[in-house]
Amino acid sequence: MAERSFAKEVEDLRLGEGEIFRGEGILAITKALLQAGVSYVGGYQGSPISHLMDVLADANDILDELGVNFQSSASEATAAAMLSASVMYPLRGAVAWKSTVGTNVASDALANLASGGVTGGAMVIIGEDYGEGSSIMQERTHAFAMKSQMWLLDPRPEHECIVNLIEKGYELSEASNTPVMLAVRVRSCHMTGSFVCKDNKRAEFTLKDALNNPKRDLDRIVLPPAAYEHEQEKIRLRMPAAIDFIRKNKLNEFFGEKTGKTGIITQGGMYNSLIRALQFLGLSDAYGNTRIPIYVMNVGYPTINAEVEEFAAGLDAVLVVEEGQPEYIEQSISTVLSRLSAPTKVRGKAYLPMGGDYTAAVLSKGIAHFLEDFDPLQLGNRAPIPDSPPILTAPEILTLKGVVPSRPPGLCTGCPERPIFAALKLVEEELGRHHVSADIGCHLFSILPPFNIGATTMGYGLGAASASAFNVKADKRSIAIMGDGGFWHNGLTSGIGNAVFNKHDGVFLIVDNFYSSATGGQDVLSSRAFNKRRKTNNSIVDAVKGIGAKWVRQIDHTYDVTQMRAVLKEALTTEAEGPKIIVASSECMLNKQRREKPRVSKALKGGKRTVIARFGVDEDVCTGDHACIRLSGCPSLSIKTLDDPLRDDPVASIDNTCVACGNCGEVADAAVLCPSFYQADVVHNPGGWDRFKSRLTLPVIQFLQNRQDRLAVNFDA
Amino acid sequence: MRLTSMLEATMKDDTVKLDLAAVGPATERPISIAIVAMGGQGGGVLTGWIVSLAERQGWVAQSTSVPGVAQRTGATIYYVEMMPPDPAGRLPILAQMPTPGDVDVVIASEYMEAGRSILRGIVTPDRTTLIASNHRSLAISEKMAPGESIADSGAVTSAIGIAAKREVIFDMNAVAVAQGSVISAALFGSLAASGALPFAREAYCEVIRNGGKGVEASLRTFAAAYDRTVAGDDPPNLTTVPGSAVQIPTRLTDPKADRLLQRLRNELPPEAQEMAYLGLRKVVDFQDVAYGDEYLTLLGQLHLCDSAAGGAERGWLFTGQAAKYLANAMTYDDIMRVAGLKTRLQRRTRIETELGVSDKSILQTIEFMHPRMEELVSVLPVRLAGWVIARKSLYAWLDRRTDKGRRVKTYTLHWFLALSFIASLKRIRRISLRHQQEVAHRNAWLENTKTLLAINYELGVEVLRFRRLIKGYSDTHVRGLSKFDKVMGTTLRIAGREDAAYWARLLLASAVKDPSQDGLDGTIRTIGTIL
Repeated sequence: MAERSFAKEVEDLRLGEGEIFRGEGILAITKALLQAGVSYVGGYQGSPISHLMDVLADANDILDELGVNFQSSASEATAAAMLSASVMYPLRGAVAWKSTVGTNVASDALANLASGGVTGGAMVIIGEDYGEGSSIMQERTHAFAMKSQMWLLDPRPEHECIVNLIEKGYELSEASNTPVMLAVRVRSCHMTGSFVCKDNKRAEFTLKDALNNPKRDLDRIVLPPAAYEHEQEKIRLRMPAAIDFIRKNKLNEFFGEKTGKTGIITQGGMYNSLIRALQFLGLSDAYGNTRIPIYVMNVGYPTINAEVEEFAAGLDAVLVVEEGQPEYIEQSISTVLSRLSAPTKVRGKAYLPMGGDYTAAVLSKGIAHFLEDFDPLQLGNRAPIPDSPPILTAPEILTLKGVVPSRPPGLCTGCPERPIFAALKLVEEELGRHHVSADIGCHLFSILPPFNIGATTMGYGLGAASASAFNVKADKRSIAIMGDGGFWHNGLTSGIGNAVFNKHDGVFLIVDNFYSSATGGQDVLSSRAFNKRRKTNNSIVDAVKGIGAKWVRQIDHTYDVTQMRAVLKEALTTEAEGPKIIVASSECMLNKQRREKPRVSKALKGGKRTVIARFGVDEDVCTGDHACIRLSGCPSLSIKTLDDPLRDDPVASIDNTCVACGNCGEVADAAVLCPSFYQADVVHNPGGWDRFKSRLTLPVIQFLQNRQDRLAVNFDA
Repeated sequence: MRLTSMLEATMKDDTVKLDLAAVGPATERPISIAIVAMGGQGGGVLTGWIVSLAERQGWVAQSTSVPGVAQRTGATIYYVEMMPPDPAGRLPILAQMPTPGDVDVVIASEYMEAGRSILRGIVTPDRTTLIASNHRSLAISEKMAPGESIADSGAVTSAIGIAAKREVIFDMNAVAVAQGSVISAALFGSLAASGALPFAREAYCEVIRNGGKGVEASLRTFAAAYDRTVAGDDPPNLTTVPGSAVQIPTRLTDPKADRLLQRLRNELPPEAQEMAYLGLRKVVDFQDVAYGDEYLTLLGQLHLCDSAAGGAERGWLFTGQAAKYLANAMTYDDIMRVAGLKTRLQRRTRIETELGVSDKSILQTIEFMHPRMEELVSVLPVRLAGWVIARKSLYAWLDRRTDKGRRVKTYTLHWFLALSFIASLKRIRRISLRHQQEVAHRNAWLENTKTLLAINYELGVEVLRFRRLIKGYSDTHVRGLSKFDKVMGTTLRIAGREDAAYWARLLLASAVKDPSQDGLDGTIRTIGTIL
């Protein structure tokens, strides 16, 4: 079950012709796909596409009604290969993933797909995750679009525009026999807005029709001589067809009048920030009425030469607003105009930064500079641009800089991965530090304080593979970590299979929390919950044994730090040859709590016997060393300053968000820290046996306690 | 600044005089609201409320956020823009990110996050209303230092004073908790009361009612925060300032306690009495009345040294600090003390209150205890302990039998009796090996203190404070002792220097902050270079 439920919102996907849809971008995209009459959708989760996958999963009933097949693909490569259904058949399909990491994984299939071309519309929805908030490398999808020759749509951040481009995108794909990519930036996916709906469309030609009437055509398969022919087709037929379609359907937009000597060419996705920047410069109002002409490239690739020529006509210079590098669009526009020997100068990265987010502040600075050089009259009275630097240099704020602590993300309260890293840290205290290859997933938080474990991360599911060079005899073994999500994505073959085959002597730790947790708790093959549409409960241990691993240990309760440490130590020191594989399994606490909380509150209300546990710290016993926190980092384990002049250091303290996972106590035990922690179990609606025991013991305890209290020296006045 | 740079660019000199009006009036800009929060604090709910509030009033609103891993307890930011409807029906183009210097309202759900928003430049004195809760949720770097390392909230307060146009600051978390809800409702209430948005109070309540979940608690919290915002500043703090929290009684009813109290009052200067009284209670509680006398005797000797060193002119600083650290040194953490604390009446009552245990429910606690052979043997009388330690194979055999974690169910009969028995062993504490070790260590420390006090008063005081480094159990305790030894050893080497107290303070500070001792070793190396 995913972290966020869209069960309520998906009802909006049924809206019909003329009705107004209001909601998040990700839902608008789903609605647009249904309006376009897709037959199949697939994809792999990852911000900002996770929520698209969750929406689709929650919309299963609606998809069924429309005959749409939805797959939770095993990886982005799987999703991309799925588009091959559109090669021979007039079937529209869509797949989605987080770019550029997903596109990297998918690019083999994409290259083959783009070579043979498609009959039915094929669309890849790309969560373009550049800049702020992104946990991935800063790269551009643009390069993939160009190298495989797929059209890249980059719509203005407006629901109407995005929805329209999806519809037109399918027509474009079919008109040019080419798959298209639709790039939506992370903030656009989570932007609220509205658009006027159309009816959902049921495909006329269905997947069933295709299966019943199979077709093949050797010319569509990437093999010589067809492959050489594909290249010629791309050049002679598909590109011209696409250009023709894009022009005729006005996918790119022209705004504003040519009042001066300059113009701006922008990526569609940058449009809103651009308008805000122009507003700061007094060149636009809030509704986008600008005094400077703007050519909005809702199609980032290919460049439409005729449109560029038309736009540049009569202008001294154009500024290209293009986020990220290399500056493919600026190069392309320059080439177009220079081949025409047009007098218009093309500028872009000379005025705007090569890297980093193009915020309104960055853009207004760059545009002002550009206009000062080429069209100073446009700047008029130069309204004051919002500016914070003056206040940022005040001494109070300079002082603050050294005070505000960084707040890195960390494992959630009760996370089953915390005890794994606590155990690993304890093992390292004993056996020394080791080379640790980390992977993508929640477990990557181990690289941050307080654990500080992990040297590299090479890509999803590649934790084990990235340790493969260290297959040599040494005093210490390499340790590789990956999650269950990465394991099923590719780690089983790329990591474990590889280690078995090459007789790698290292330790491979698979963190199994029953979900693809970092992306929002989607089910994977080894998820333990029943899922009526997917086959879950496939064992990771069986999988690694099936691929040939011999030394395999399963831990079913990661919170047992002592055992966890013992197994890790054994793996690092055993004489056994070949990979040492540890599967550490406990359920993701976020998911578990979502299930448990309602159950517990129902049981409490229903008068059923319920034990609610929480951890606490005896503040007289705690000495304020915080060693427990250095082995935990749990959000509910904090410190508090005591109102006792005899004490200098704040003591550990557990707040009421504690879910009693047991890590504190287990760590205190395993690391022999201190006896400060206790688990308090409160038995609500106690049964007869509880009450009997309590009636038997409590009087004795109370007698002893009262006696102790009476005998103590009394300092009360 | 802007003007000068333009004048310098002579080519553009004419542009400043041109009368080119902006396309739209500057007022036609959206209201912008940034919500800075930590993942899991309900920032998304608040954002949804604000958008819904604006839309229900016929405004155009847009929100954006960046969900993802940063939301797992890291700092994150939500952004909302809203505009009144255009009579011509045009839709505004709204931005997706806040621009520094162009934000009308910043809502911060935690005090350091408020500070971070100022550093981001989105709080500016010409336009920003800052609504922030001044409670703290500590960052990992503040929590993991082996001593006090909490960031200074005062720095945020000073910065807010100059960065924000208007401010609404109070503990909104406490308001929410008191009303049984979460902070988002309190922030929403403060936003409503701030008047930063042109909407009536009832419009806000409507939004909450339409939300569906926990409506009553949210409305209560909203109202409480609203009223609190309207009321303005905190009522003056009537509780006494820390340090004068304790009133020393003149007489005590328990004659044993009273005798000790009178002795304390007669033998120590008033300035040190307060700390000494707290210390006295602590040592008596740890052992018995005689131990209290021992404490007062030792303290009296230290006071004499203080007197000889001219302590009277320094407000008996040395005696006061000695009262504190001597008490801590005398109440070391052994298993009898832990067992005593765990079996106390007050402890059970405290936990029951904290958890709200009613008559109808039953409390049980489970302790995570892992006493090692070292701790167990040190409880034995000195000679017996020595005998055991000398027999290596016996010791190893016992170690194997005892060295394991124990889950102790405190309030079961057998465990309670066992713990009570261990606690009662404090009667033989003074003949135990541990006590002998502690006394030896304490005496050595006090001797050093006295010697150094005689040559450098401030240094003497600092060396008393070194005692702070010794804390914890087992390995932590050992680490503390080793830090103490390093700090003490280095201090003795530089005791003759005039600035020795400064270095001692620095040594202590780096030892307190750093678990790995790298920082401490660095300080020691630095000191090495000046010798």
